[in-house]
Amino acid sequence: MSNGVVNAAYIIAAILFILSLGGLSDQEKARRGNVYGMLGMGIAILATLFGPGVQSYWVLMLMVLIGGSIGANLARKVEMTAMPQLVAMLHSFVGLAAVLIGFSSALSINMGLDPSHALSGTARTIHDVETYLGIIIGAITFTGSLIAYGKLTGKLSSSPLSLPARHWLNAGGAVICVLLAVSFIGESHSLFALTLATLIAFAIGAHLVMSIGGADMPVVISMLNSYSGWAAAATGFMLNNDLLIVTGALVGSSGAILSYIMCRAMNRSFISVILGGFGATSTTLGSVDDTPQGEAIAILADATAQLLSQAKSVVIVPGYGMAVAHAQHPVSSMANKLRDKGIKVRFAIHPVAGRMPGHMNVLLAEAKVPYDIVLEMDEINEDLPDTDVVLVIGANDIVNPAALEVPDSPIAGMPVLEVWNAKHVIVSKRSMATGYAGVENPLFFRDNTRMLFGDAKDSIEAVLSAIG
Amino acid sequence: MKIGIPKEIYKGETRVAATPEIVERMIKLGYEVSVEKNAGKAAGFSDSDYAQSGAMLVATDEIWNHSDIIAKVRAPETKSELPKLSKNQTLISFIWPAQNKPMLKIAAANGANLLAMDSVPRISRAQKLDVLSSMANIAGYRAVIEASHDFGRFLGGQITAAGKIPPAKVLVIGAGVAGLAAIGAASSMGAIVRAFDTRPEVKEQVESMNAEFLMLEFDEESGSGDGYAKTMSKEFIEAEMALFAEQAKDVDIIITTALIPGRPAPELITKEMVDSMKPGSVIVDMAAEQGGNCAYTTPGKKKTVKGVKIIGYTDLAGRMPGQASQLYGTNIYNLLAEITPEKDGQMVIDMEDEMIRGLTVVNQGKVSWPPPPIKISAAAPVSATAKPVRKPAEDPSKSRPWWTLGGMAAAVMLLFGIGSVAPADFMSHFTVFVLACFVGWQVVWNVTPALHTPLMSVTNAISGIIVIGALLQLDAPSSLAVWLAAFAILIASINIAGGFLVTQRMLKMFQK
Repeated sequence: MSNGVVNAAYIIAAILFILSLGGLSDQEKARRGNVYGMLGMGIAILATLFGPGVQSYWVLMLMVLIGGSIGANLARKVEMTAMPQLVAMLHSFVGLAAVLIGFSSALSINMGLDPSHALSGTARTIHDVETYLGIIIGAITFTGSLIAYGKLTGKLSSSPLSLPARHWLNAGGAVICVLLAVSFIGESHSLFALTLATLIAFAIGAHLVMSIGGADMPVVISMLNSYSGWAAAATGFMLNNDLLIVTGALVGSSGAILSYIMCRAMNRSFISVILGGFGATSTTLGSVDDTPQGEAIAILADATAQLLSQAKSVVIVPGYGMAVAHAQHPVSSMANKLRDKGIKVRFAIHPVAGRMPGHMNVLLAEAKVPYDIVLEMDEINEDLPDTDVVLVIGANDIVNPAALEVPDSPIAGMPVLEVWNAKHVIVSKRSMATGYAGVENPLFFRDNTRMLFGDAKDSIEAVLSAIG
Repeated sequence: MKIGIPKEIYKGETRVAATPEIVERMIKLGYEVSVEKNAGKAAGFSDSDYAQSGAMLVATDEIWNHSDIIAKVRAPETKSELPKLSKNQTLISFIWPAQNKPMLKIAAANGANLLAMDSVPRISRAQKLDVLSSMANIAGYRAVIEASHDFGRFLGGQITAAGKIPPAKVLVIGAGVAGLAAIGAASSMGAIVRAFDTRPEVKEQVESMNAEFLMLEFDEESGSGDGYAKTMSKEFIEAEMALFAEQAKDVDIIITTALIPGRPAPELITKEMVDSMKPGSVIVDMAAEQGGNCAYTTPGKKKTVKGVKIIGYTDLAGRMPGQASQLYGTNIYNLLAEITPEKDGQMVIDMEDEMIRGLTVVNQGKVSWPPPPIKISAAAPVSATAKPVRKPAEDPSKSRPWWTLGGMAAAVMLLFGIGSVAPADFMSHFTVFVLACFVGWQVVWNVTPALHTPLMSVTNAISGIIVIGALLQLDAPSSLAVWLAAFAILIASINIAGGFLVTQRMLKMFQK
């Protein structure tokens, strides 16, 4: 297969990838989009395989078989509540692959056996910069994703780690990387410098994510998604491969947009999230807000059931607590039961509910909640005043009225679901503990709020059986 | 502690303070409950129903002598019931403390506690105890039923083979709980309903029940801060009376509910107005007990003046004893639940709680009425809104054009900088890169937020395209390089297979 044909195949693959992302604009077309994606991947791999310069088919086959079956197994077994972990792990693989390929390329050049060695002047410099960037970004992605994985699975504490002078650590690491780059780029082409820089990048990646807390995970995951794309794009530059560049750019911008959406949903700047989470702000402002506003009134499951069955319209607001308790199935059955009674039931999803973008939607879809009753924050906020009962399950900061009413609150200005405008609000929660932002939630003390204490799954199952 | 439910001795009183269902719930609060024989008979609850719910059936004296808490409907009779109240006993019932000051003194002298169900403060938390509302709701409904009973025609309009029947016109004066209940009942029976209230803020509620709200062109603040109406200025009253006079000639049924707390009911329907009504019309005066809104009203009686029937029943709620007892009992239960925080059958009167404070009129031998005023109305609060917060959020966006311009200038400079030194080959790749970023930007903004998780997993899968890079390194001359590449292929394959398959699995779950 000639170079031209291979390039043609790459164009087709790139178009198919774009279509596969475009397909996600609505649920109807999404599955076909995913098939386009697979098709594009197949075409790209086959074209490369039969293109010039590839001969080691047996290694390839073996590796693809092993990797493919591991991947398929993961995909089959993963629980939907564990999606964020899986995604984080897959990010780390892309990062690691970028590092490996970069090293592989650098090794070949040093042995004088790569055609790139013949490059000189600016072209050579640019090539080295590309290699170096690909490896550094890949390395940050790799360890960052591993730490994110650890935090999401609970193997690492999800609270932010704040080392003293952590910004200086990051900045110092970055400066050393730049200095090492000078000794790598050019005639000396020191592999030692490259290895050292990679290790430093590993440390930076780990430290970056260590200092970000659990509820900022949606931003972290999207950010790492973006990085994994840029790592792929840098590898593409290094290898002069346009398909890699295109795909990397697509993934990179997709992750960047998601990070942007998540940050906007928390009314925080991207920089402040990646440089250390709420930790810095809440310690200073937490003390301002420690006056409890009154008495929270508890409610039991049977009274909740009564309130729900007598309502005309009900809105359910799920949060990370629902995912933790695996309560999506009872929630779905409860919604069905209420719908059978002719009650209008809808779900309201805040953009940062859960641990990754769209996390709640996937959980509800798994529990067979029809997606047309699952609405976004902006779609439902204006309907809330006409809603009889809002049931908040395991969410806290995303329904906190302080975001709009207390100007000096740490979460001031964050868009929230204005559930307190409904006639009744029932909050299912394990305790009165504050949410991730560490801010008291005045919602719990409102006259129209009742607290349904207990594990979300147990509470909802009790309500479900009481609805009868 | 023991709760006693005596039989009501007031003539014509049909209600009872607890139904068998409520008795059962009281027992769950940890109380022992005894019920006087035949207490629920008039409301349709037999002694055996009570016995089944776990109550002891006893005689009158037993109730008064051995109960710690006595729950009644009517205020205690001064001669027969009040003297029986002993030290440390708690009586929960209607008291009307403003009209019954001597009663408070006697109870205080006896060392008893009086909890007045009619004095529940008007705060949202106390709504579940509000017997005035629950009784008014029933009375409003019943008023329409009584009016319809004495009105010789349909309320709803019909077109029949025997001719057309126009719908009746109903005027409801006072859109409080009773008025709204009357509006709801009358309009559901098909009548044309008009309503008047001095408080313009109830307009919405009236209109939500398909009634027409009659407005006066007048600017006067009429809420008194506690949710009830107050006395209006002379000019206002004149305008109001003119409106009623005009309406009286037109409507078939008038239901009046106008009350001002602690005062006799205002006279709104004068004799002339009644005389101007069509014969066969009906007036139900729900304010009869406080003197009546209609000049002709005789409390407790129905009478006919020039063909217009004027109903002054004072026991409208009691005419539906089953319903009234059930709601009253629930209010009583909710109060008990509030004052029994441990659910152990031990009553705690917490005078710090503004709700309990408001309804406790005699506490441990001391008159504690009137309570300090509470200025929280159900309709009043106009709380501080988000405005002060929104402002700082907007400020940075105002200065954004500068940033954008600066950023664009820097990007352009950078592009030119790279272009001036980089070889043509690099620039062509760079073109592809920048265009792909823009395509990605456009495409991803269109992704629906509900599919953000599948978006991440599918981008995971396609970033597995890095496998191509590894493939190209597979034939590198260094064996270490080859092994690195082979390992990269392995993990990239995990990504490709895992990413696509999990996306497929997720997307299958999204169903309508």
